[in-house]
Amino acid sequence: MRFGIEYRTLESISGPLMVVKNVRRAAYNELVRINLQNGEERLGQVLETSDTYAIVQVFGQTDGLNLRDNSVTFLGETFEFGVTEDMLGRVFDGEGRPIDIKAEVIPETKLDVNGSPMNPTARAVPTDFIETGISAIDGLITLVRGQKLPIFSGAGLQHNALAAQIAKQAQVKGKSSEEFAVVFAGIGITYDDANYFIEEFRTAGSLSRSVTFMNLADSPSIERILTPRLALTTAEYLAFEKSMHVLVILNDMTNYAEALRELSSSRDEVPGRRGYPGYMYTDFASVYERAGILKNKKGSITQLNIVSMPGDDVTHPVPDLTGYVTEGQIFLSRDLQNKGIYPSINPLGSLSRLMNQGIGAGKTREDHRGVSDQLYGAYAKSQEARSLSTIVGMEALSDLDKLYLSFGDSFEKNFIAQKFDERRTIEETLDIGWELLSALPESEMTRISRDFIKKYRKAVK
Amino acid sequence: MGFIEKISGPLVIAKDMLGASMYDLVKVGRLKLIGEIIQLKGERAIIQVYEDTSGLRPGESVTSTGRALSVVLAPGLLGAIYDGIQRPLDVIREQRGNFIARGVTAHRINTNKKWKFVPLVKTGAKVSEGDIIGYVQETDLLKHYILVPSGVSGSISSIKSGNFTVDKTVATVKSGEKSIKLSMMQERVVRRASPYRMKGGSSEPLVTGQRVIDTFFPVAKGGTAAIPGPFGSGKTVVQHQLAKWSDADIIIFTATGERGNEVSELLVEFPQLKDPKSGKSLMERTIIIANTSNMPVAAREASIYTGITIAEYFRDMGYSVALMADSTSRWAEAMREISARLEEMPGEEGYPAYLPKRLAEFYERSGRVETLSKKHGAITVIGAVSPPGGDISEPVSQSTLRVTKTFWALDASLANARHFPAINWLDSYSLYLKQLTQWYNKNLGEHFVEQRGEAMRVLQRESELKDIVQLVGIEALPEQEKITLEIGKIIREDFLRQSAFDQIDQYTSMHKQGKMLEVILHFAKRATAAQRAGFATSKMTAMVCRSEISRMKEWPEKETDAKAKALIESIDKEFAALEREAAHEKKEVVE
Repeated sequence: MRFGIEYRTLESISGPLMVVKNVRRAAYNELVRINLQNGEERLGQVLETSDTYAIVQVFGQTDGLNLRDNSVTFLGETFEFGVTEDMLGRVFDGEGRPIDIKAEVIPETKLDVNGSPMNPTARAVPTDFIETGISAIDGLITLVRGQKLPIFSGAGLQHNALAAQIAKQAQVKGKSSEEFAVVFAGIGITYDDANYFIEEFRTAGSLSRSVTFMNLADSPSIERILTPRLALTTAEYLAFEKSMHVLVILNDMTNYAEALRELSSSRDEVPGRRGYPGYMYTDFASVYERAGILKNKKGSITQLNIVSMPGDDVTHPVPDLTGYVTEGQIFLSRDLQNKGIYPSINPLGSLSRLMNQGIGAGKTREDHRGVSDQLYGAYAKSQEARSLSTIVGMEALSDLDKLYLSFGDSFEKNFIAQKFDERRTIEETLDIGWELLSALPESEMTRISRDFIKKYRKAVK
Repeated sequence: MGFIEKISGPLVIAKDMLGASMYDLVKVGRLKLIGEIIQLKGERAIIQVYEDTSGLRPGESVTSTGRALSVVLAPGLLGAIYDGIQRPLDVIREQRGNFIARGVTAHRINTNKKWKFVPLVKTGAKVSEGDIIGYVQETDLLKHYILVPSGVSGSISSIKSGNFTVDKTVATVKSGEKSIKLSMMQERVVRRASPYRMKGGSSEPLVTGQRVIDTFFPVAKGGTAAIPGPFGSGKTVVQHQLAKWSDADIIIFTATGERGNEVSELLVEFPQLKDPKSGKSLMERTIIIANTSNMPVAAREASIYTGITIAEYFRDMGYSVALMADSTSRWAEAMREISARLEEMPGEEGYPAYLPKRLAEFYERSGRVETLSKKHGAITVIGAVSPPGGDISEPVSQSTLRVTKTFWALDASLANARHFPAINWLDSYSLYLKQLTQWYNKNLGEHFVEQRGEAMRVLQRESELKDIVQLVGIEALPEQEKITLEIGKIIREDFLRQSAFDQIDQYTSMHKQGKMLEVILHFAKRATAAQRAGFATSKMTAMVCRSEISRMKEWPEKETDAKAKALIESIDKEFAALEREAAHEKKEVVE
């Protein structure tokens, strides 16, 4: 129990916001406890403070609050969260209270949930290739440790399966003995979806290595502002204090953004695009930028966030601003899924900005860059040929276009598609790539150096 | 001294502030956070705070320093990495660890290091603002000239020579009855442009080693360029390439509201890279201003001004400076956030009504000038813009395009097909072509400008033809159009496309660019002629020399001339052989 000055001067409650008057010297971002008449307590945070009033944002519901009988206590500190290694294997709600039927968690230390920005000079450049065992990712959108790479998805697409497969299969070559952990934050997702992850972790035997936060679809929306921050604070502790390699999955950031919008509109702020607040980019950055590696610490934080695109629209503010902060994106395509391809990753909209640091001789294989570029280029051409053929018919296509067309089909079937429990090594992935490329004439291989063509190109069957 | 009345995010309202001036720097609260007064209302001052305000309480003190936000300029700037208000990030890290702490005070320039000052004026010389009194050889490449600061004029009454720290007096100026001591260090206010004698048009391109830029859409030294594009279209990679390979004397890179990992990448990569001309480490000519996206938003607003003020300082020494701002949209958003908190009436899309003015003021600080000491210096400004959804009809893009003269249009569909740099050759433009023609003629020969025009026409025609192909299929095109499509493809894939990660391809000298274009157009000429003589396009696309053209980008710079000559010869040979063969077949038929 923390002590502080208690005020009974509630003036108004509107949405998640509460105005307390006659407050003197409440600190900006200070943590607040709201004491209900029935002994219940809720938490809040100061959003604006002056020498006469304070505006408090209430986490959790505002139902049952009343202006006469309730009081608020200013706790004298910003929002801190108690963390410990014992959190591994446990499940918490969106405010960080354990909800599994196990013992209380005794924190080892308390950390500010907002964290502090990493000094750019303290960051180490992420260069460790993470082998996810998924060809489309390893070959074309290579993930490296310390990266933040969202999955752009939509309703009905299999982003959960993909995220679970990555979480289960991911490892860094030759470093499988290192300690890893998964921090999963469900933000406004359904109970089924949340449970899916817990079950997947359990069957893979990695539940004891994971910390789960669950803000479900019916949990208070304003709590969603807090949940990713609790997850990241835990991740920072595990990575930089306990030297673990932490994979953080935030699912789904679109729900987070909606909570942000709700908060902004109840504060009567000038709305930006589609009603989202103008500072959403900065706010996203305060979440996404908490991925990374520090030069003088062993651990790392890699983020794999799920962003569902309303109406599959990539220009919607949430995926748009996410893409501007994150280091690339994995783009799921409805067309591919409809063709029965899992994972339905469309390489053409996908990108890994840190790929170049993590591939090549000594990391993956010397020909990786060339193979990847060539596959990209060839697949783009196959798409052009495909749209052409729907207009003018197969007959009007040149021989080369026809080759590209069949390349496109076998690329989707043999390279992108794989089984949910199939794990391909990077060598296997690149070899499949060469096999597909070998169906195209050598003169088309303009993005790969001649030495590699000589060394790796398969004889045409 | 005043007191905090209200705190809302980065904005603090303080009362009892009568006597403080607009844009004064203030220290806020017990942590002494740095802020700047942006509005005065009676005895109240509205302050934007450059650090996180969490934990700040009403009633805490606010003190004005009586000075405006300014930068410290002295030897030791090169190779430095600063945050948005010129605090050295490496020093802060040594003091406070891995995460940005608040209320840090660190010397912005190392005051312990001694530099060898060489005087260039004698006792008795008349000097005034902007005049050079001496220099320090800061790096092997660069003499850091010591300038007379603003507001000082008179005659030198004493001047020293030897090793000094930057805060020690190296000269005294007698101005009337007063005697003013000069050190190697000076301060400049960031929100005001530094004076110069004259601004004039530039006739020299900023050579960047990037083919699509240098050959097709160049920017002049002292010019401005805008590079808008959706995420993933390669804005940052292009900016990094320009920072690496541009032939400016000084590079200032402001990472404004961008990713932390990208900054650390710069810090690792730059010291290892060598300047193609001098062979020295690129870091020796570079200054990085990094205010990443999660660092305080008000300091992001200031970072652009910090960058351009440092640029002006080096310009005033007579250097050519290139400033890359990545991204000006984040800067504009910082302005919008502050404006919204001030409850100002919003303009378009919530941006303040003064956005176009601020953007114009910033870009207008570029230019080639005659400095106060009658040297010639230049600032080239290259601003990235991140339009929401990639739609450049939004206010930041539009206001930027009105004041910049080169436009590199990044195209998501090119990026998706991994055509990098994803600069769309039909939408982009450069308004500098005319004033640079003379330079091209002199350095690359009279034919270059003509060849560039020729290549542009092919690309234009290719795009029209592609539209037709979309409707009727390629086989329906006449042979002569098929040739155009093939030449267009060569220009796109073998000239415009350039890898930023390939050891050789990442930089192409102007000379090699000229040679590559020459080879391509020679092939085009022969192919067009052959087609007229009745040969099928497929014959020409299958030629050995055609695939050799795709390998031109692998030519080492030094072998360019020999390789180009050989390739032109083999083109001629293959076409000659084609004609002979045909003649032979004809003869056989006749017989």
